[in-house]
Amino acid sequence: MDARITLHVDGDERPLTLDTRVTLLDALRDRLSVTAPKKGCDHGQCGACTVLLDGRRTLSCLTFAVAQDGAEVVTAAGLASYDGEPHPVQRAFLENDALQCGYCTPGQICSAIGMLAEAASGHPSHATPELADAGGRDGPGGGPGAPGGPDGARRTTAPVVLDDAEIRERMSGNLCRCGAYVNILAALRDHGATGVTA
Amino acid sequence: MIPFDYRRPGNPAEAVATVIDHEGAAFLGGGTNLVDHMKLGITEPRMLVDVSRLPLDRVTETAGGGLRIGATVRNSDLAAHPWVRRNCPVLSRALLAGASPQLRNTATVGGNLLQRTRCPYFQDLTTACNKREPGSGCAAIGGYNRDHAVLGASEHCIATHPSDMAVAMLVLDAAVVTLGPGGERTLPLAGFHRLPGDAPHRDTVLEHGELITAVELPQLPFARRSAYRKVRDRASYAFALVSVAAALELEGGTVREIRLAFGGLAHKPWRARLAEEALRGAPATEESFRHAADVELAAARPRDGNAFKVPMARNTLVSVLRGLVNGAERVRTDRTEEDR
Ligand SMILES: Cc1cc2nc3c(=O)[nH]c(=O)nc-3n(C[C@H](O)[C@H](O)[C@H](O)COP(=O)(O)OP(=O)(O)OC[C@H]3O[C@@H](n4cnc5c(N)ncnc54)[C@H](O)[C@@H]3O)c2cc1C
Ligand code: FES
Ligand code: FES
Repeated sequence: MDARITLHVDGDERPLTLDTRVTLLDALRDRLSVTAPKKGCDHGQCGACTVLLDGRRTLSCLTFAVAQDGAEVVTAAGLASYDGEPHPVQRAFLENDALQCGYCTPGQICSAIGMLAEAASGHPSHATPELADAGGRDGPGGGPGAPGGPDGARRTTAPVVLDDAEIRERMSGNLCRCGAYVNILAALRDHGATGVTA
Repeated sequence: MIPFDYRRPGNPAEAVATVIDHEGAAFLGGGTNLVDHMKLGITEPRMLVDVSRLPLDRVTETAGGGLRIGATVRNSDLAAHPWVRRNCPVLSRALLAGASPQLRNTATVGGNLLQRTRCPYFQDLTTACNKREPGSGCAAIGGYNRDHAVLGASEHCIATHPSDMAVAMLVLDAAVVTLGPGGERTLPLAGFHRLPGDAPHRDTVLEHGELITAVELPQLPFARRSAYRKVRDRASYAFALVSVAAALELEGGTVREIRLAFGGLAHKPWRARLAEEALRGAPATEESFRHAADVELAAARPRDGNAFKVPMARNTLVSVLRGLVNGAERVRTDRTEEDR
């Protein structure tokens, strides 16, 4: 069954008519020729199809395009500035040789940008100490609450310190068959240390 | 995939009415499980009723000191919620142990509860599976069954429930709020998922067209001392072989109150009531923990491939409880230092 929808892709308004069965990934690649997001597994198991959907990193293979009518989609192809200057995360990947074949790279880069924003807004990961551990005073049985953040709706606690364990865990949704992990970690370590998010 | 119609209702009542009025209609949450199953041909809805944008995305404290979690709250947002991190770390930790960051950004609370088994035969249309096709048999019995159930299984199905979040919610005495053809009802989570029996195609007690609108957590002060441990084949982005959720209240060296549940062992998240019973009032020692685990696991019926799960479950339970007791000691030491 056909549906008429509009996607905003990498800054452009892209109206299209498509079958409801088309995933966001296939809509981008096959209908709109936006081939930066890759199809690695098509089942949510690899992260190659990661895009920023309304600002958050998401797997484009597990959502139907029709369910994203009106959404803002940013792919790795839409990250460079108007004068062609690569995004700082893209530059860090280049400088650190954070890729080999490059197939997983557009997904890695979108994921990394989403990851840095999540960390900056205080979202924990499985590698983040619990509040009790972090504060030492907020243990069972009492103590002050977590500082609620005034700046930004998603801000919940203090920004996360992105050490290697945090980066590995937070990037674990993106597999790399070439095993470029060591240099991906190096590229993102720069950002974790400097707090660059954009 | 067969063609399907797509609807985006404006409110929960309209969503329920739309599913009831259309044969073959299904609710769509984040889609991370349903879209996959439609690609695999496991399920063939003729209409998707998208509930992911319904105004059910709020997390609010209740008058009774508990928490009401809207059904469309994303897994990542719930894990990051300050109330959850402070008052029931077990839930935040369980969510963060599940899937990947991208998936958690999309997955909803309602969809997480209703995700289906990861049994490879359930996902493979060429094999026998009573859950997918009632009456066809169970290829896992006598087949590959390393990931399968050791508690509460039947001769019709040995699948496990894959959710981490639900295991944590079980120790928090959660209740599921639904809206269905007969109106609203509140179901204890402990009675929400089913054992397979002779009808493994039914995962839960929900009726067709019944929408999950919220999950409610009562106030449970001792859940501040709670933990979730997940044992898996790789460090991240893998389902549980065994997991343990626990909340513990100590009085001196004695267990005053306790909540325990296992993931990865059964067709539903498994509340370990026998172990809880054995521990209430018992000394908080490794010996009691081991005994309690043995009491709960005495009913285990492992298969060829999954006998390892029984000692793994016992050891994980003991280790989690030991950690909670040690954590309590550490917090007490910190306080003393502070007081000086
Ligand atoms: C590669 C991979 C790894 C994963 N690893 C883990 C893991 O380690 N641990 C874990 O716990 N999970 C894991 N998951 C599963 C993930 O958590 C679920 O897919 C997700 O929680 C489902 O939520 P959803 O909103 O996307 O549900 P959907 O896919 O939209 O829906 C799932 C089911 O729920 C129904 N439904 C949805 N919302 C409602 C509602 N409000 N009321 C009634 N019915 C509703 C749908 O009809 C459907 O039947 C993994 C998934 C993938 C793809
Ligand atoms: S293609 Fe989407 S996760 Fe692999
Ligand atoms: S660079 Fe080849 S898959 Fe990652």
